[in-house]
Amino acid sequence: MRSEATRGWLVISAPLLYALLLLIGPIIVILANSFWTQDYLTIDRTFTLDNYRAALGEPIYRDLLFRSLKVSAIVSVVTVILAYPVAYFISFHGGRAKGLWIFIITVPFWTGYLLRILSWKVILGYKGVLNSALLGLGVISEPLETLLYSLNAVIITLAHSWAAFAILPIYVSLEKLDRTLLEAAADLGQGPIRQFLRVTLPLTLPGVIAALLIVMIPTVGDYVTPKLVGGKDGVMIANAIQVQFGKASNWPLGAALAVTTMIIVSMSAALMVLALQLFRRLMK
Amino acid sequence: MINISNVGRRYGTFVALEDIDLQIKAGEFFSLLGPSGCGKTTLLRLIGGFDVPSSGSISIDGAPMSGVPANHRPTNMVFQSYAIFPHLNVAENVAFGLNILNLTKAEKQARVDEALSRVRLVGLGSRMGSQLSGGQRQRVALARALVMKPKVLLLDEPLSALDKKLREEMQVELRQLQQDIGITFVLVTHDQYEALAMSDRIAVMFDGKIAQIAKPQEIYQNPTSRRVADFLGGMNFLETANMRLLGENVVADVAGFGTIANKRRGDEMIDPAKATLGIRPERLRIQWEDEKAKNEISGKVLSRHYFGEVTNLVVQVEGQPRPLSVVETNDFGADGIPVGSLVRIAYDEDAFVLMKE
Repeated sequence: MRSEATRGWLVISAPLLYALLLLIGPIIVILANSFWTQDYLTIDRTFTLDNYRAALGEPIYRDLLFRSLKVSAIVSVVTVILAYPVAYFISFHGGRAKGLWIFIITVPFWTGYLLRILSWKVILGYKGVLNSALLGLGVISEPLETLLYSLNAVIITLAHSWAAFAILPIYVSLEKLDRTLLEAAADLGQGPIRQFLRVTLPLTLPGVIAALLIVMIPTVGDYVTPKLVGGKDGVMIANAIQVQFGKASNWPLGAALAVTTMIIVSMSAALMVLALQLFRRLMK
Repeated sequence: MINISNVGRRYGTFVALEDIDLQIKAGEFFSLLGPSGCGKTTLLRLIGGFDVPSSGSISIDGAPMSGVPANHRPTNMVFQSYAIFPHLNVAENVAFGLNILNLTKAEKQARVDEALSRVRLVGLGSRMGSQLSGGQRQRVALARALVMKPKVLLLDEPLSALDKKLREEMQVELRQLQQDIGITFVLVTHDQYEALAMSDRIAVMFDGKIAQIAKPQEIYQNPTSRRVADFLGGMNFLETANMRLLGENVVADVAGFGTIANKRRGDEMIDPAKATLGIRPERLRIQWEDEKAKNEISGKVLSRHYFGEVTNLVVQVEGQPRPLSVVETNDFGADGIPVGSLVRIAYDEDAFVLMKE
């Protein structure tokens, strides 16, 4: 047993070391920077908490962080709500075409991330596909201006970008579900809706939680999407961090903002997992 | 109680069930017995509403079941895999279906307690579904179905996952339970001893068709076909010549045995050209005494197989092309008979079995 464990560690030691170095190295650099001060072109390496005071105290950063959390929460919930039926359909009604369906879902990833975001610009723009279609149908009399360069555009684009990452874990958990359990529930008088709420959903909740986290965590830190389709209302905390590391050239403040964001995201992810566990217990 | 008329089930070109006609009475313990792939589970699933017949109809307690989904049928099922909900504990599993019955909390609790004590699981209510042993899972599945007070309990090979000892205990227990509560049980099994031990009546199925329906003794003693006889225990099929009808009897010349007359049962039609004569291995006895028995043949022991309480001797009898199997209790030393020795075998005249086909 012991030697088997040792062998296991040996086998993974090289990639583990590599992964840890690449993961911990940058975090140490960021953490260190967050306690220093930018002094024009040089960095003053005396310990200070001023950056954190700014990151947590300045209303602009607080608002941006709050907005980022809100956007990522909405995006992850929307994505999962849209992804669940897709995964459910593939798993329950995919038949022999299951593999094909999964393949089709990954097709958008063959193009670049930027291209996918830009394609939403084409769809949501002032003279874009959606506005033209609505105008043509006579639903609206003049193009909607709120589609592009708004928070909604960010949410729509992100939800689309991350859809596959939500579908896959939910699909896997649905595939693992023993279908006899649904027959047993039917046998015990439960209709389709009750079967879903009392058996399917609780038993696929791990997949749902995974999907929520997979979508939520990276979207908080996304800065490309808000920059391209968000306009001034769509700016998120990552854009502010990017500015500090770029144009504003204030690495310590950028680092403090990054660390703050990281901690708050971790805490909200943990909270979400706890909340879902509680929900699962209540659902019995 | 359950009326199955002319039911067939096809999957594409594969015929799983054909022309099934079956009436199961209220309060009966009925078994569907057959080898795997004979359609017995398909038939059970049709009764439970998990599958729909391609033709024919099923009614339960007078109500036609066509278009009635499983959740609206007066049946409950014990699944082969037991299908215990892993995210719920034992009590929650048992109470799972009670939400549809409009019971008060106290009534629900009383029902769950009663069901748990019926299957002797008192005190295990808070154990999680994923932490149970095979026997416990089986009991939970049973309690979960019985708590619904169904008109019919369907059991899909409920004992096949248990070890032999526990299986035999549960056979007695299941039969007792069925007698106590008096509801109709429909059991699917491939184990003939299980079917014989528990059932009021048995339907033997082959290739999607019912071969014979009868009480356990009847089906064992008077199987209508070679296939049924062969599936239910051992049978020595005998080489016969000149089989003919003679008044009330069917008479045949059996090589080694002489002329055997077998009484026809009822007004059964027997076609002597198709019929087969046989004798069960346990109806052949080693003749130990020196004096000759009334009916006696002799043969040479080809091999010997020891089973603890009995020994199976394979004996070549003069005139019979195939060796006969003789099952003898070990009380008199059948397990000591040397291979190659000559033995004398006695039998009763009424021990022969006449199979129509």
